[in-house]
Amino acid sequence: MAKKEYSFYPGCSSQKGATSSNYLTSTQSMCDVLDITLNEIPDWNCCGASIGYGGGGELPRLTLSARNIALSEQHNAGQEIVATCAACWLATREAKERFEHNKTLFDGAQQALAEGGLSLKNQTAVRHMVEVLIEDIGYEGIKSGVKKPLEGLKIAGYVGCQTNRPFGIVGESYENPLYLDKMIESVGADSVPTYEKKVQCCGGALAMSEPEKSQEMIKGIIEAAYDHGADMIATPCPLCQANVEIYQNDINAKYGTKFDMPVVYYSQLISIAYGKSAKESALDGQVVPAKKLEELANK
Amino acid sequence: MSDLNTAMAAKYRANFLKEVEAVVEEGETVKMCMQCGVCAGSCPLGKHWAHPPQEIFMMIRAGKRDEVLKSDSMWMCTSCYNCIVRCPRGVQITHVMHGLAYYAKRLGVVPEGQPTQQVSQLFWDNLMKGGRVNELKLGLSIYFKDGFGDGIKNAMANQKLGMNMMKAGRMSPMEFLSGHTIKDNAGFQKIIKKAQEIEDAKFDGAAK
Amino acid sequence: MAEEKKFVGFICTGCGIGERLDAGQLETTAKRDGKMQDVKQHEMLCNAEGVKMIQDEIGGGATHIMIAACSRRAKVEAFNFTEVAMTRANLREGVIWVRPDTDENRETTQEMADDYIRMACAEARFMTKPTPSGEQELNKHILVVGGGVTGMTAALEASAAGYPVTIVEKSGALGGNAANWYKSIPSRAPYAEPQDTGIEGMIELVNNNDRITVHLNSTLASTDGAPGRFKATIAEESGATTEAEFGAIVQATGYKPYDPSELTQYHYKDSPDVVTNWEFEALAKAGGPIKRPSDGKEVKAVAFVQNVGQTSKDSGKLPYHSGAGDLIAIKQAMYCKALNGADCDATILFNNLRTPGAAGEDFYRSAQEKMITFSKGDVSEVVPGGELEVKFKDLILNEDTAMKADLVVLDVGMMPNSGPDPYAQLAFEEAEEGSEEKETLRQALEVAPPSILNLKYRQGTDLPHLRHGFNDSHFICFPYETRRTGIYAAGPVRRPMDMRQAQDDAAGAAMKAIQAAENAGKGMAAHPRAGDLSYPSFRKEGCTQCKRCTVECPFGAINEDEQGYPVYNEARCRRCGTCMGACPVRVISFENYSIDTVGQQLKNVDMPDEFSEKPRILVLACENDAYPALDQAGMSGIEINPWARVIPVRCLGSVSLSWITDSLNSGYDGIVLMGCQKGDDYQCHFVRGSAMAHERMSKVGDTLQSLNLEPERVEVYEVAITDVERAPKLINDMAETVEKIGMSPFKF
Repeated sequence: MAKKEYSFYPGCSSQKGATSSNYLTSTQSMCDVLDITLNEIPDWNCCGASIGYGGGGELPRLTLSARNIALSEQHNAGQEIVATCAACWLATREAKERFEHNKTLFDGAQQALAEGGLSLKNQTAVRHMVEVLIEDIGYEGIKSGVKKPLEGLKIAGYVGCQTNRPFGIVGESYENPLYLDKMIESVGADSVPTYEKKVQCCGGALAMSEPEKSQEMIKGIIEAAYDHGADMIATPCPLCQANVEIYQNDINAKYGTKFDMPVVYYSQLISIAYGKSAKESALDGQVVPAKKLEELANK
Repeated sequence: MSDLNTAMAAKYRANFLKEVEAVVEEGETVKMCMQCGVCAGSCPLGKHWAHPPQEIFMMIRAGKRDEVLKSDSMWMCTSCYNCIVRCPRGVQITHVMHGLAYYAKRLGVVPEGQPTQQVSQLFWDNLMKGGRVNELKLGLSIYFKDGFGDGIKNAMANQKLGMNMMKAGRMSPMEFLSGHTIKDNAGFQKIIKKAQEIEDAKFDGAAK
Repeated sequence: MAEEKKFVGFICTGCGIGERLDAGQLETTAKRDGKMQDVKQHEMLCNAEGVKMIQDEIGGGATHIMIAACSRRAKVEAFNFTEVAMTRANLREGVIWVRPDTDENRETTQEMADDYIRMACAEARFMTKPTPSGEQELNKHILVVGGGVTGMTAALEASAAGYPVTIVEKSGALGGNAANWYKSIPSRAPYAEPQDTGIEGMIELVNNNDRITVHLNSTLASTDGAPGRFKATIAEESGATTEAEFGAIVQATGYKPYDPSELTQYHYKDSPDVVTNWEFEALAKAGGPIKRPSDGKEVKAVAFVQNVGQTSKDSGKLPYHSGAGDLIAIKQAMYCKALNGADCDATILFNNLRTPGAAGEDFYRSAQEKMITFSKGDVSEVVPGGELEVKFKDLILNEDTAMKADLVVLDVGMMPNSGPDPYAQLAFEEAEEGSEEKETLRQALEVAPPSILNLKYRQGTDLPHLRHGFNDSHFICFPYETRRTGIYAAGPVRRPMDMRQAQDDAAGAAMKAIQAAENAGKGMAAHPRAGDLSYPSFRKEGCTQCKRCTVECPFGAINEDEQGYPVYNEARCRRCGTCMGACPVRVISFENYSIDTVGQQLKNVDMPDEFSEKPRILVLACENDAYPALDQAGMSGIEINPWARVIPVRCLGSVSLSWITDSLNSGYDGIVLMGCQKGDDYQCHFVRGSAMAHERMSKVGDTLQSLNLEPERVEVYEVAITDVERAPKLINDMAETVEKIGMSPFKF
């Protein structure tokens, strides 16, 4: 496979000791096999995520992304920005498009960046890692690296919100995107294309501020996966992963359920299928252990 | 901030829609609402909104400035973008809700103790310290947002969760001491300060 | 001197007919039972060689031909032989495609085919080739009644096609209502701004057009005749009259606005600053900023109250919606922004905003971009005063509220400028003298508008109303085609519509008028049997002057002479045969469609005896809907019971009771009649045919009783062209019924 290089925006939650550090570890394992080089944007900053709006107004928030794009354009010139986090991707791409359509905001951001000695060209594509996999590698490409097909596993693909809306993946529908199912099939597992909660909101950042309202929705997401006989849930979004995985005890306590549903990243699935170890695939990062995947990895 | 509130209310007295157009993020799309209600029916937290988005837009047109800005409805937005992709009129509903929420905060009219407003502010303040979010400190600050007593209670209640996360290597006590920050924090601060000034000028200009 | 007749049959063995059926036997049947003098077979009769074979036979003297091949609805271009009388036996869609190809079914399938050959041969023996009557010549002159947008457009369209036109306009000027408008709803992309009405240009085009004659201040004192030979008397206000003849007529008499005076909550009568949408046009057209009528103040806030007195069952209100009212309000709200400045508030208070079509949607968006306010609200009162207050219930916020305005514009609907209802006139005439009904009808007719056409028809002076006084025969299926052949309604007299739609309408009606005039000139039917040369005639010696044909003709085609005998107007006739079905003494017939052409078909079906276990079911199917549905069933491979024998009829209204009596007498075990949907939402091409057939068939019970037969042996159904599965099922149901109740004892 030809070598591919991207300007990588890992985001706050992927850092060591942070909630989606396992996402980063498994992404690196996966990219290693796919011969993808991820050049981290030097000194990137937080995107503001989907909750920063209430603190910073429009321009300060967009300027966060402007700085990241400017740094990428300066240090990783000519490389497309790739993010693994849904919110990072969305905020950065949103900023880029807002600047394209609103000159006042663009000029404001430019003026602000100048204070830090930076300048924005705003000519860099902002992509999600799943776009790289689907469009640059392709399902056949994903398949070709498989050494240990995930046979016998039924995995509910939980796309969530922000990898799906408002931008989504080209060619996929907002109401029932199938790319995650196709990726799951590509690594030899069974997918659940009719998983009715695949684009249901998990509450996002409101899991912190409105835990009860969020957990009610999370409960539905997990319940539907059980209804379809899924062994685990897979997702492309760090906040989806965390929300759906780590509150299962709280939900069990409140609703009397007995949830014990592993929630993994697509990158972990691919990494295991590519023959990487459980550790390289960051299965040790599970709060709810993905035992069936571990067994497969240890075979 | 209440000075701004008085000034804005005085200036746009009869026309809240024009005020929204002038200062709220993507506010100029509000006028395109055709009251179909698809947004209200698409919101995952719809049942918790005292005024669903469709109603908010109608209230804006009807000049119900206080009722809108003091409502906690837009703080229910989870940023799922379901309304945006379904809106047949291209109203940037998610952004408008964020914009209204931020505007209400600026004006100082948010209902006391609105939890999402608090978390949002804590998140912003957290990231503004070193350019990146310090999850541990953010988590603790959220636990303690309602005071020390509640904080201890929250922390105890979530002890198991925290332990699980630490065991999985997804939470680190080291964050409390050092934590991730960007190198050029000074430059970062200058940039955001400038952006904030420009943003402030927008509001000041609109109030004049 | 009677011409010598020569009967020749043709049997196609293509499309699987030859494989499924014994063609030799079919040939024998055609010769022996069908009395064909000669029968030819061809492996693909519709190809050039097959068609030539038929033509050669015609050249060799064949006068009546029977083609046994596919449905009469298929290959009509190939089998188009106007010089002979022709029948078709439907062996493909009607037989082999509705029967399974198995050994045990071979016998009954062959019997079916043999019967269809016998039927087609019998039909041929009893028909004559239709020939034009020569009743009239071509008259290309089109009369247009009404000189508004619709009338002028119809005139311009017809004249552009080469037809001379006369416009009769009641008022002193061309232009109609639209001449008073400031601008019109946009008809061109991007549909963002009101556009010029173009009326002045249109008037100029009409006035400068050599083919168009205009009579202003004129009405029609009398209209008589038929398509191709309408005779009109045009009366001028001055008293002068002009007589002229026309080929066809377009009635484009437009609309008048509804008067909201009685709806006191709007204070339209007491406040000069409450105006109708039509009056608002004049305020805008006056030039400069819009000023309110009471004190000439430039308006800064205008409220548009939508749907005033419309879509309501309340007495005094219109039960329908004008369709264009919301687009008009959007247009007028834009006037406010354009003439009085962007800071002039324009609020449209609506409940259901109707902006039909993509163009309407774009126009709506454009209004929103201009900051025109749309509030979903139900207006309860307009409080007059220096500043008016509009009280309304906000239907989104579910609260009672109010807004201030300098001027209030009421969206009032359109009412058709139609003439009196001819059927009310007929009912009045027939009601018993001194009866309450007569008095009610008298009062209704007294307040009816004056006649527009003054038709000298047996069936009344004007075009029949479809609903709410609008002149049409079906809003969707047969637009412009009124129930008076050769007279076409266009524009808002047909249904409420805006200017652009009226112009489309005018073009459509002009084309229909041209078709009617042309076809009348050739002695052909207009529509839906366009091109049909047959026409009804009656045997005077048998006629009992019962007037059923003249009264029941849905198209007012038949007048009466002084003695009460029918007088046919061939060109007004749509050839449906309703008169034939109505005639109790069976004296009415067409050359190629008569009591005999159908009666002989059903008599020539082979009737196995009572103990054969082979019942016979007669199906009389309307050729417009039921018969195509059965053909489609064949194409879809849906089975039809082998006992069925289907005869297409022009309309269920043409079905003579004698056919039913005859078939029951000759041993049919069941009869299924299939017509179109009747009633208020009728789909009958001939309007009343299906309804009348249902009425007439309700009397079949007596016949059944006298024969001591079960009532369920005769069923009448409404079948749509889309009933591809249902139509065969109705036939198969009858077969089951027969199996249950047993065979008819009347087999001979």
